[in-house]
Amino acid sequence: MADASDLKEPGRRDFLYIATGAFGALGVGVAVWPLIDQMNPDASVKALASIEVDISSVGEGESLTVNWRGKPVFIRHRTAEEIQASVDTPLSELKDPQTDAERAEKPEWLIMVGVCTHLGCIPLGEAGEYNGWFCPCHNSAYDTAGRIRKGPAPTNMEIPEYEFLSDTKIKIG
Amino acid sequence: MSGHSTYVPKSDAGKWLEERLPIISLMHSAAVSMPNPRNLNYWWVFGGIAMFMLIVQIVTGIILAMHYTPHADMAFNSVEHIMRDVNWGWLLRYTHANGASMFFVAVYIHILRGMYYGSYKAPREVLWLLGMLIYLLMMATGFMGYVLPWGQMSFWGATVITNFFEVVPFIGDDIRTLLWGGFAVDNPTLNRFFSLHYLLPFVILGVVVLHIWALHVPGSNNPLGIEPKTKQDTMSFHPYFTMKDLYAIVLFAIILFYFVFFNPNFMGHPDNYIPANSLVTPAHIVPEWYYLPFYAIVRAIPDKALGVAGMFGAILIMFVVPWLDTSKVRSAKFRPAYRIFFWIFVVNGLLLGYLGQVNTTDDFLGIHGVTNLIISRIGTIYYFGFFVVILPVLGLIEKTKPLPNSISEAVLGVEGAAEEAAELAAAEAKA
Repeated sequence: MADASDLKEPGRRDFLYIATGAFGALGVGVAVWPLIDQMNPDASVKALASIEVDISSVGEGESLTVNWRGKPVFIRHRTAEEIQASVDTPLSELKDPQTDAERAEKPEWLIMVGVCTHLGCIPLGEAGEYNGWFCPCHNSAYDTAGRIRKGPAPTNMEIPEYEFLSDTKIKIG
Repeated sequence: MSGHSTYVPKSDAGKWLEERLPIISLMHSAAVSMPNPRNLNYWWVFGGIAMFMLIVQIVTGIILAMHYTPHADMAFNSVEHIMRDVNWGWLLRYTHANGASMFFVAVYIHILRGMYYGSYKAPREVLWLLGMLIYLLMMATGFMGYVLPWGQMSFWGATVITNFFEVVPFIGDDIRTLLWGGFAVDNPTLNRFFSLHYLLPFVILGVVVLHIWALHVPGSNNPLGIEPKTKQDTMSFHPYFTMKDLYAIVLFAIILFYFVFFNPNFMGHPDNYIPANSLVTPAHIVPEWYYLPFYAIVRAIPDKALGVAGMFGAILIMFVVPWLDTSKVRSAKFRPAYRIFFWIFVVNGLLLGYLGQVNTTDDFLGIHGVTNLIISRIGTIYYFGFFVVILPVLGLIEKTKPLPNSISEAVLGVEGAAEEAAELAAAEAKA
């Protein structure tokens, strides 16, 4: 039998004990990962991640709402007055300052995710104090560039990734 | 030996909980301090393995239900969706499908171990009955699970099994309609099978708790079939048996995942990758492999009602084994004749399994003039004969070998056991 002084130094058994435990913990982690990751968006969901939209039928002052990743995307063909109202707003009046150019790549086309940044309701168009959007859930008012002006919402409505494939066709996502 | 716990709470919080709900000491006595016979061999690890497999099935099953659609028009495609689209869906489904098979492997070995070592004998009859109840519930669960992918084998398996109930006198027809929720297997059938397939595993889990409770009253049987007499005959469950069981579970998992990763459809039938069609029956219809011996019995009996009765009887007769076996000696180790009949029973079971999936009219293994049907009938006669003739009669006439005095004497020899006992006494006196 080993005497007490031998026991102080880590021995073969200590090494085996820790190595086995570490390997076991790693194995459990590897086994558990698929059980969690399965809840992430699957391939059929990801396949719908980007859409193409024909906007030729949307006249000035009209809007189109499309479903993108399960959420509405507002495509607004803005009037000259709406653009002017947005451009004329000083940044100092904004809760989440963004210029109109940052909001719309082409000024006449405002493309944004139509979800209130407060708690996810869908705001009503051409409504509210700023004649932009108005959320009926908790009275958030957005301006004609979809920027938050009044109410509990913390940020402007989100601008999705999009590009103009042609003058009449856009790709969202 | 039901062994009240040696657990003493150390922390104040532990004491507080212990006074109100002694759940920690309950678990401690079940999985830590429980004294287990020191001579358990590796045949005793299959209970723990079966428990592990039940958990694997419940976890993977709950997850599959997140992605599966229980509707006749969408079920098949939703399974393909799981296989192709869902992250790790193929892994989860193959683990669940092969896990069911491996669960049955573990349980069959567990049952046969009980039969070899006479684990069902007094005072463990209730333990055995609860085990049989688990097995019966597993059969129902496995069957309904196989229906869910809604392939050709699912559909026609469901049709054949539900038609068994037609033989019930007078109300058979009504029972069948009740099971179907219509006039044939269809969407209502699929829906209720899905509901029950989700429910039954939790019922099984509940009966497993009772099974373990019933185990802890008399304690485990052991390869010698004699009760432990002194502390010297047992070892604590933890760490000795927890580590042994864990090691066995790891080895068993290697086999399970060999199938999952390298041969995932080995135990399935290719026809189940054809969507269910209520107008065409596959040419060759077989149940899952774990029902094959019983399927062979139903096919061996020429009368429809008797065949179905034989099939259910083959399962139900297992429940009364503790009262059919008249021998006072538990372990086959000391029963030379029983041991031979037992192994014939095992081979006969495998043979019936083989016969359950071949054409009854073909020659058995190519032997001219001997059909599979004849062999199936001989196998069926032996199956029932084992229970109703061999078990009761053998106990009365068999000359058994002498039993050892104690487990430690059998393990260490008479002198070794005495030596160890003296050492233990000395150590105790010193303390």
